[in-house]
Amino acid sequence: MISVESLSAGPLFGLPLPEIWFGLIFALLATFLFLDGFDFGAGAIFGLLDTDHERETVLAAIGPFWDGNEVWLVVFGGALFAAFPEAYATLFSRHYLLMFGILGALILRGLAPEMYEQRHDKRWQQAWSIAFVVGSVLAPFLLGVFAGNWLVGNEGSMSLVGVIVGLTLTLLTVVSGAAFLQLKAPTDLPDRVSTYGQYAISGYLLAVVATLVILAVQLPSGLSTLLHPAIIALVVTSIGLTAGYVVAMQRGESLLALGTAAVLTYGLVTVVAIIMYPAIDPATGATISETIVSTLPLNLMSMAAALLLPLVASYFVVLYSVFSGPITHEEAY
Amino acid sequence: MVDPFLASRLQFALTTMVHIIFPVMSMGLAPFLIYFTWKDIRTGKPVYEQLRRFWTKIFAISFVVGTVTGIVLEFEFGTNFAAFATAAGELFGGPLAVEGMMAFMLEATFLGIFVFGRKRVGDKLYFLSSVAVGLGTWLSAVWILIANSWMQTPRGFRTVTEDGQMIIKLVDPIAAYFNPRFGYMFVHMQNAAVESVALFMAGIAAYYVFKHHVRNIEIDNVNFWETTLKIALIALLITAPFQVYQGDMYARQVAETQPQKFAAMEAVWETDSYVPEYMIAFPTSLDSITDPRAKELFGLGIPGGASWLASGGDPNAEIRGLNSFEAQSPPVAIVFWAFRAMVGMGFWFILLSFWGGYRWYKGQLFDDGLLHKALMGSSLLGIIAVELGWVVTEVGRQPWIIQGVMKTSEGVSPGLTGTEATITLISFLVVYLTLLGLYTYVIARVIRNGPPRGEQLRERPDRTPMPESPTMEVADND
Ligand code: HDD
Ligand code: HEM
Ligand code: HEM
Repeated sequence: MISVESLSAGPLFGLPLPEIWFGLIFALLATFLFLDGFDFGAGAIFGLLDTDHERETVLAAIGPFWDGNEVWLVVFGGALFAAFPEAYATLFSRHYLLMFGILGALILRGLAPEMYEQRHDKRWQQAWSIAFVVGSVLAPFLLGVFAGNWLVGNEGSMSLVGVIVGLTLTLLTVVSGAAFLQLKAPTDLPDRVSTYGQYAISGYLLAVVATLVILAVQLPSGLSTLLHPAIIALVVTSIGLTAGYVVAMQRGESLLALGTAAVLTYGLVTVVAIIMYPAIDPATGATISETIVSTLPLNLMSMAAALLLPLVASYFVVLYSVFSGPITHEEAY
Repeated sequence: MVDPFLASRLQFALTTMVHIIFPVMSMGLAPFLIYFTWKDIRTGKPVYEQLRRFWTKIFAISFVVGTVTGIVLEFEFGTNFAAFATAAGELFGGPLAVEGMMAFMLEATFLGIFVFGRKRVGDKLYFLSSVAVGLGTWLSAVWILIANSWMQTPRGFRTVTEDGQMIIKLVDPIAAYFNPRFGYMFVHMQNAAVESVALFMAGIAAYYVFKHHVRNIEIDNVNFWETTLKIALIALLITAPFQVYQGDMYARQVAETQPQKFAAMEAVWETDSYVPEYMIAFPTSLDSITDPRAKELFGLGIPGGASWLASGGDPNAEIRGLNSFEAQSPPVAIVFWAFRAMVGMGFWFILLSFWGGYRWYKGQLFDDGLLHKALMGSSLLGIIAVELGWVVTEVGRQPWIIQGVMKTSEGVSPGLTGTEATITLISFLVVYLTLLGLYTYVIARVIRNGPPRGEQLRERPDRTPMPESPTMEVADND
């Protein structure tokens, strides 16, 4: 039997739990950025479409998914809170206005499609289209600003690194979004959607380079941190994947392109995690071993996560297989 | 600029009070939706397809607004109550993380199937998704209420001081999570949610039934509204008496574990025995509204009632007065009047349910215009009672953020400035009022459009065409 005593004595199976939770938190963040990322990207592309039919198609494509995708952000926040409460508290309160900016963008993005569908007059739909696009673009941008500030330990809300990481992330969501839309609506949307994705990925590559340059200048240990072999490998792979994405989009192999976008997203977040490690909040210099919760709650959380995350993955498998293949225009409810 | 402490409290109050409306709708609708889905699949009667689709629409809209407002709350623990989040993270973060993984994930993924997937999945998986969605909403209540009840009756922890800061360490998870308050709170909250939704359904249905039967204005879908009214009434007959019965035990538990809050609920200042319970209290002067004192109120009091309530049966039991506590009292007027109003509504809902039940029994359910009007007028009262109950719980807990362990004033983010806090407070005020306006507008439209009908019905491809049965006044006569 597992007893409270044994759970308080030491980490479960002697595992390096602080490191595992550090990794898990970034994995949750990356999952959110990829999954909700294609919803954000679809929202950005929504703004570039012309006809009602095209716009309805975008909304129908993300309809069943976005809510589940957004929960990854909730779980990311919850996991950070549960494992590194002090980091959660200082990080969130330090970027006070930024956090509420992100929340505002998410409110707009979540509400707008629901409102858009309500009425069919032009002005109403125009207003909610704008809200939807603004929310979809601003959310990843501000999240990127947050991630940039977090990484370099910036105190204020806006910073050069923040803005560049924000742009990087926004472009990446368009990359995913274009591939997702191609996959879900190969015939209902104009061919330009594919082109948007290809433009976005070129922009993304430039933005990544800009990010790396500014990080080399701004990080205390500068260049030497960035010359970590894993980072070099990830950057090289990303360049390869970029080419792969362009080819896949041109050949209409959208699933492959979407997979490429996924790898790019996880790669980007991994780079951030490697640079940050072993700090969890570079601004205060707090490391993971200093801020991790005590053994007992950590063990409990680890058991809960080990049990629940595979289950959650199975829900997503069910959801995505029920709605696999191109969308059909059918009435909801 | 508002002081960051005050602004944070006001902002938290505003944002939770708006958020709770949507979970109440979704948690309360969940059992109805499971039932409608089950009946739709089993009987194939159009009215159940109508019920399922109509209320699913309302559920889905509530869910979206619940999601966007819920994330705000989770973030606010970090942004506005950072000192609290740091101190209580070991106990508080865990339930929130598990809530996300166990409950929200289940709910949000299967909702996709439940809302958009009827034509894509078979009956079994479809029914299963209705259950998964419902279970998800109830499980989220489990975890969030574990967190909240622990703040009311904290157990299973010890405090240590690290770098001059108090940190709360988890020692006994079972004692902490299943703290003495949790069970009471969960049962009271969930029953309140079902009761509130039953009132909401009954109020809307009564409007259409009234229009058709009393005013003789022909409406289509009378059958749908009649069935809705009956189902809502059955739910109300079960939940309304139970809420009061259980609320009484709940109050006793509060008296035991949070005597200061109980004294505020009863406005007892001096320790006394044989304290009456003022069921209906009239302020005798303007002062007694803002500063109620049990002794000076004119009202319909049950002699010894409050003592009886607090002790579980002894009218002579002593109640500690507010003046006997070292900590400053919570704002008594708010707690006292909010408690009165909640309890008063609790009794009113019982009366309504009996009235409706009696008319139904007499076969006059659709003809009593006064009953219909009473139901219409009460359609939002359940939600209002929930708000008031939470005000009692949360304001009554003051000045503690964790009862007896940490003061609210010690929980606020240390670096937060008045300017920042005021900016977000004002923005939330504007955004959330707009949000409420939009939600009301959309729900009103859905109601006005009514359930799907005619052509739009019979979603299931395999459903054998049913003869239109005009004799479906009781829909569950299968
Ligand atoms: C439909 C709504 C509704 C109705 C009719 C009632 N309540 Fe209630 N009450 C709530 C909805 C509610 C709630 C959901 O808002 C609260 C807030 C926290 C909780 O667990 O339930 C609550 C809190 C709450 C508390 C505060 C507990 C605390 O401080 O933690 C007490 C003592 C009662 N209730 C007692 C009653 C009694 C004696 C009632 C009737 C005679 C009653 N409630 C009717
Ligand atoms: C949804 C129903 C709820 C409502 C309507 C509600 C209402 C309120 C109100 C009115 C306040 C301000 C009290 C004051 O400062 O005088 C408050 C504070 C607070 N509540 Fe709640 N609350 C709810 C649920 C919860 C839950 C579930 C939790 C915890 C998980 C929680 C945690 C807090 C915290 C941390 C504060 C701030 C500190 C304080 O003022 O004590 N609340 N809430
Ligand atoms: C102050 C405390 C609260 C916090 C921090 C909080 C947090 C959250 C979060 C993050 C979400 C979004 C989940 C998603 O993305 O699907 C949410 C939604 C939800 N919350 Fe809360 N919540 C609070 C109060 C409550 C209370 C008191 C209840 C009920 C007992 C509740 C029940 C729900 C439910 C059922 C949902 C699902 C969305 C819906 O169905 O509307 N919450 N909450």
